[in-house]
Amino acid sequence: MRRYSAFAIAREAARHHQGWERAWRSPEPRKKYDAIIVGAGGHGLATAYYLGKNHGLKNVAVIEKGWLGGGNTGRNTTIIRSNYLQDPSAAIYEKARSLYETMSQDLNYNVMFSPRGVIMLAQTHHEVRGYQRTAHANQHQGVSTRFISPEEVKKLVPIINLDGPRYPVLGGLWQARGGTARHDAVAWGYARACSDMGMDIIQKCEVTGVRSSNGQVMGVETTKGPIDCDKLGIVVAGHSGVLADMAGFRLPIESVALQALVSEPIKPCMDVVVMANTVHGYMSQSDKGEMVIGGGADGYNNYTQRGSFHHIEETVRALIETFPMISRLKMLRQWGGIVDMTGDRSPIISKTPLGNCFVNCGWGTGGFKAIPGSGWAMAELMAKGESPLAAEFTMNRFKAGRFIDESVAAGVAH
Amino acid sequence: MSFRLREGGRLIDRSKVLRFAFNGASKKGFAGDTLASALLGANQMLMGRSFKYHRPRGVVASGAEEPNALMNLGKGAFFEPNQRATTTELYEGLEAGSQNHWPSLETDIGALNGYVSRFLPAGFYYKTFMAPRHAWKYLFEPFIRQSAGLGKAPEEGDGDRYEHFYMFTDVLVVGGGIAGLQAALSAARTGVRVLLLEQTADWGGRAVVDGTVIDGMPADAWVQATLATLSEMENVTIRARCMGAGIYDHGYVLGYERVADHTPQAGAPRHRLWKIRARQVVTATGAIERPLSFAGNDIPGVMLASAVRDYVVNFAVAPGKRTVVVTNNDDAYRTALALVAQGLSVPLIVDARPRGGGALAEQAARAGIAIRKGGAIAGVLGGKRVTGVKVCAMNGTDVTEVACDAVAMSGGWSPVVHLWSHCGGKLLWSEAEAHFYPDPALPPTNHTGAGFVRAAGISNGAMATSACLADAQSQGAAAGLAAGGNAVSDAPAAAEDLPAEPLQPVWLMPEGAPIAMREKAWLDFQNDVKVSDVQLAAQEGFESVEHTKRYTTLGMATDQGKLSNINGLAILSKALNEEIPQVGTTTFRPPYTPISMAAIAGEARGDTFQPLRQTPMHAWHDANGAYWEPVGHWRRPYCYQRGRETVEQAVSREVRNTREALGLLDASTLGKLLVKGPDAGKFLDMLYTNMMSSLKPGRCRYGLMCSENGFLSDDGVVARIDEETFLCHTTSGGADRIHAWMEDWLQCEWWDWNVYVANLTEQYAQVAVVGPNARTLLERLGGMDVSKDALPFMAWSDGTLGGFEARVFRISFSGELSYEIAVPASQGAAFWETLHRLGADLGAMPYGTEALHIMRAEKGFIMIGDETDGTVIPQDLGLNWAISKKKTDYLGKRAQARSDMVRDDRWRLVGLETLDGAVLPDGAYAVAEGNNALGQRRMIGRVTSTYHSPTLGRGIAMGLVEHGPERMGEVLEFPGTDGRVFKAKIVDPVFYDREGEKQDV
Amino acid sequence: MLLLTCPYCGVEADETELSPGGEAHLKRFGPGASDEDFEAYLFLRDNPKGVHLERWRHANGCGKWFLAARCTSTLEVFGTYPAQTTRPPEDVLEAIRAKRPGWEMPA
Repeated sequence: MRRYSAFAIAREAARHHQGWERAWRSPEPRKKYDAIIVGAGGHGLATAYYLGKNHGLKNVAVIEKGWLGGGNTGRNTTIIRSNYLQDPSAAIYEKARSLYETMSQDLNYNVMFSPRGVIMLAQTHHEVRGYQRTAHANQHQGVSTRFISPEEVKKLVPIINLDGPRYPVLGGLWQARGGTARHDAVAWGYARACSDMGMDIIQKCEVTGVRSSNGQVMGVETTKGPIDCDKLGIVVAGHSGVLADMAGFRLPIESVALQALVSEPIKPCMDVVVMANTVHGYMSQSDKGEMVIGGGADGYNNYTQRGSFHHIEETVRALIETFPMISRLKMLRQWGGIVDMTGDRSPIISKTPLGNCFVNCGWGTGGFKAIPGSGWAMAELMAKGESPLAAEFTMNRFKAGRFIDESVAAGVAH
Repeated sequence: MSFRLREGGRLIDRSKVLRFAFNGASKKGFAGDTLASALLGANQMLMGRSFKYHRPRGVVASGAEEPNALMNLGKGAFFEPNQRATTTELYEGLEAGSQNHWPSLETDIGALNGYVSRFLPAGFYYKTFMAPRHAWKYLFEPFIRQSAGLGKAPEEGDGDRYEHFYMFTDVLVVGGGIAGLQAALSAARTGVRVLLLEQTADWGGRAVVDGTVIDGMPADAWVQATLATLSEMENVTIRARCMGAGIYDHGYVLGYERVADHTPQAGAPRHRLWKIRARQVVTATGAIERPLSFAGNDIPGVMLASAVRDYVVNFAVAPGKRTVVVTNNDDAYRTALALVAQGLSVPLIVDARPRGGGALAEQAARAGIAIRKGGAIAGVLGGKRVTGVKVCAMNGTDVTEVACDAVAMSGGWSPVVHLWSHCGGKLLWSEAEAHFYPDPALPPTNHTGAGFVRAAGISNGAMATSACLADAQSQGAAAGLAAGGNAVSDAPAAAEDLPAEPLQPVWLMPEGAPIAMREKAWLDFQNDVKVSDVQLAAQEGFESVEHTKRYTTLGMATDQGKLSNINGLAILSKALNEEIPQVGTTTFRPPYTPISMAAIAGEARGDTFQPLRQTPMHAWHDANGAYWEPVGHWRRPYCYQRGRETVEQAVSREVRNTREALGLLDASTLGKLLVKGPDAGKFLDMLYTNMMSSLKPGRCRYGLMCSENGFLSDDGVVARIDEETFLCHTTSGGADRIHAWMEDWLQCEWWDWNVYVANLTEQYAQVAVVGPNARTLLERLGGMDVSKDALPFMAWSDGTLGGFEARVFRISFSGELSYEIAVPASQGAAFWETLHRLGADLGAMPYGTEALHIMRAEKGFIMIGDETDGTVIPQDLGLNWAISKKKTDYLGKRAQARSDMVRDDRWRLVGLETLDGAVLPDGAYAVAEGNNALGQRRMIGRVTSTYHSPTLGRGIAMGLVEHGPERMGEVLEFPGTDGRVFKAKIVDPVFYDREGEKQDV
Repeated sequence: MLLLTCPYCGVEADETELSPGGEAHLKRFGPGASDEDFEAYLFLRDNPKGVHLERWRHANGCGKWFLAARCTSTLEVFGTYPAQTTRPPEDVLEAIRAKRPGWEMPA
């Protein structure tokens, strides 16, 4: 792989950039791999990457029915934070956040991680108490957060209205080292690095069946023919239920549409990421200048990547109360993604009833921020059979009643 | 230069001069102008700077597709960035400013980016700015952010108002061109309700500009006649300035009406969002002309041929004195003819087709215009304005220069398929026209599985006028029938088409243009994406059209690729050696053009954003120093401040006064659910963990409700009214939720049980009369025996108190002698005031929620939402006494038997007493030695409620602690977030009146 | 923005009048049930990409819960029916099979 750098750009500029090579190869599938990852989204690619990098497992294929990074990785609001309440969540999201810090250098691909800081607004007394609790927990979990006053919120977010008639801003949970990253670049950077390790990323190849024998996974059927493997990782977000069905087990998952929108771009007016969970809205300003706004999820099962408009309306309405200046901006584009929600809204990184078949799913509305941590843990689980980071995220926890519930501190988790 | 012609202009009224300001300079235009036409008329071609390279940019289009002419408009609370000049109607006093430059439009430092553009190809930022690590945050990103963005950020709120309309229609027709008018007419003739929307202020679309003849009359006259016919039909509603913004599932359509953008601050709502349910939708949205890709096609003065024609015909504005036309189809010849008709010079028409054009080309030749067949543009001369073009043969040879100050280009027409596609409609590729058009076999489908959208006219690929009208007639009539109309005899308006030569797809000129030209051939003008960028993306393996879009930012600007997408797609498919339809389009998403956030919010802002719920005593509280706390959708007084009291002082006074004399609490927000029927007892036995069926009429019982997942979800006192009637009190925030919960079980699981639930929460005002003097006050009111014998603890009684119809409950959440009295809501305020009047000398004072919380904590009573958080089961809180052992089932019982629920190391409720009397920080965790398996500090408990107790004069707290009740007397460490470590002893959670003597007197 | 017809009041209701309630025809398991059955009842869901039998409440209308057969990939509604049943009525089953040949009731 040719390294990317300012020098490389200058060299290429001299020949009108005719010399850049492909960022990743586009191979035909081989007959057999040591491991197959189904799903070339951020989580799947990160899994493959850490299988190779941390565990030396490089005879790996990542199979994608569409184009890599084309699911929720490419349609989320790019927020990265780790200010979670429960221990297992704080651990995996903080692992992810710390990996984001060095990802550009690690992958030699600028993913534009921008630790601009994240505020979760407390707009009810209940939220104040919830976030104070989170701040206490975070200090024991090694996550640097702080509960800040309304005045500090205003200093960080000058465009905010502290005194909305309905939901005044009573403070906020501040994570200075949270932020955003360029979502597509995360998928592309991992894909390039995986390809460089000799892994095959096979796009436009749909898995149509899972083959097994004596309770052990043998391989997959695909639209490009059967492919054998020793280990199989299912990392397909909203479509996890469909794949689980092929592998012969059920998941505590429902797929629903989550929506987002952007405004037209304007000059910089908000440096930090603001989340207002009481009203199910969050907002940041992209490097292009668009206000990137996330909203709530529909409550009904949906695979269309289109949501219901009233959620957009509710989110915009609430954010105008909090940020009156956006009233005179225009919505440029709205879209939806299919998110997989588990029974406790926390993810599953787990062995399955099928031997050597592993599943990583259920990231719901908050998957992007977890990508490197999720891949790290999934790779460890697939390579070694266990991973401390994934230990609590088993699919068995629902039977035991051992939940990881993040809704405790706030209305929704994003 | 661009200038106003002496005569003509369909849309302008020269008798009405309008003054406006552009970048501070005063200019003049006419009524009927757009901002763009007025600026052109005032010789202002340069209207903005591009996003990435800050290239000078002039207006290129005349409508919604405009990528360049974006303005900061208005000021203060009426300021708006990124307004398209082409769709902004001029008004007196309009103030506009160009965007994205510093210090000025003419001299922009950011244009330096353009000089180094060779180092900034598509995606360059993914390949650099990586070292040193922190440079991205502190150096590169701030620079990029500052140079990106377009308009200024608004600095204030919004001075305008907005509203929503709800509309139900059988047929919605989007687009007021001739196809839309014909379709609306044909649909209306079937007898169904028709709504017709047009995004601009005038009707007729392109036909009225192009001088088409329909039914033997000029298009203008036909349009007016048809509009008149439609206006007279009772089943038709027509609306101009209203854009079809998006089509959603099941026939839901958003209309975006710009009611008063052209008459600002005149009192009308600025925008109106139409929420339309249509059985059938006809999209007659026309087509958008494509630019041609040649070097220098972004220099101000290069415009779409149709836009040049629009400015000349509609506004009598000439973009230049000498205009070269370059085309791959016949339509652009109309532009040349229109210019010549106004006495303007067209030195050359460059036609990429070796054979040239049809009838229109003959007309041009007859008008004496030179035509170069098989020609191309090799480059455009000029910097901030076109000064000439280099013309060559399609193969790049034989270059000559032609002096001109404007270029009109046409690369063919792309049907506007956005609305068709929003909800899943699929597209076909036409080789002949080189465009995508709707696939009639795969329309968007509605709730019945049937298609509900039809495209009509040019937006359906029917390009010739006669075919356009015929298609519109048939689609309109079919929509009418599908929506329940009657078949009638109907025929389309007639038109004659000129014989035309077919278009020849040209995606880059000249053919095989070298890289130096491709680096200057723009695809996306706003985002600065060039032919070379798309080719680079393909070269680097970004094979999916979505990859290429995201890698190059093609089509991601505020015009969402209306001009650039097809051209970019064609370049990509060539680079990949694939056919265009195989590469496919990116996803079309609403809205068609950007719509204001304010319109989306509508009237729901400020006080009407989410109306507050108020108790009947709300006004009294407000007038008596209430410090408000949001509780669900209610506001409740947290405390009542007197004089200069702080909140803490007020709370402390209220607690002491209630314990020592008499406190009054507005408890009206408590949920009150009446559960009635022969099976009511059986039902409540399932809902509550304890036994309710055994409760005697006249008595009250405290009960707990759990989710089916076992977790505590609500609590409250249940009063049995009679044999088959129970009144269930819920928490303030829980009434609606618990009501819905009850309905769910009754309707969906135990539908054979005979039970009815009514939510009476707002029917009653409820007051807690609390403290040693409580009984004295009630006796003063008179009318009921409230003695200990007549009304013992946990009993209730109906009667009349001081003339008020009242239901009196002997229950206590404070540990004091306490009555809760419900009166009809309409009498709540009067009752409350009466209590205060008669109780004044008994020390009657109102108390708020904080005093309520402190007093319950002093008594060790749990609070839903404090001690519970959705992860706590009743057993954790030592509430086993409230869990029936006799019942075989209740909601949550099975869940509570799962392995994790019966672990003996679950965190359980205890009291916590700091060693030094300090108040423990809310939410603090108790820590033990060492780390957990995740390397985190081991936590063994947490504070759930913590207060300063005015009664005891020190901090008290409750918490959940691992093995808590077995560790009485042990001291735990609770680190604060400020570095201080609090030491607290585990104690019994009941801090006050452990024997319960005070409440039972 | 879905449209569903409430089988009680007959109103063709806009989604904003309705609240969704997840998979229909779940069999309740209470005390005495196995851990597996109880987990399946509370958490495991079919989540099909296709025909989904689901619960809705006409919350801002008549208040009644009802059931719907709806396709999660096209959003087509095959029918709605009262909640007081353990399986869809025949006419709804026929409507589903007519549009989705080979479809079978999930076990």
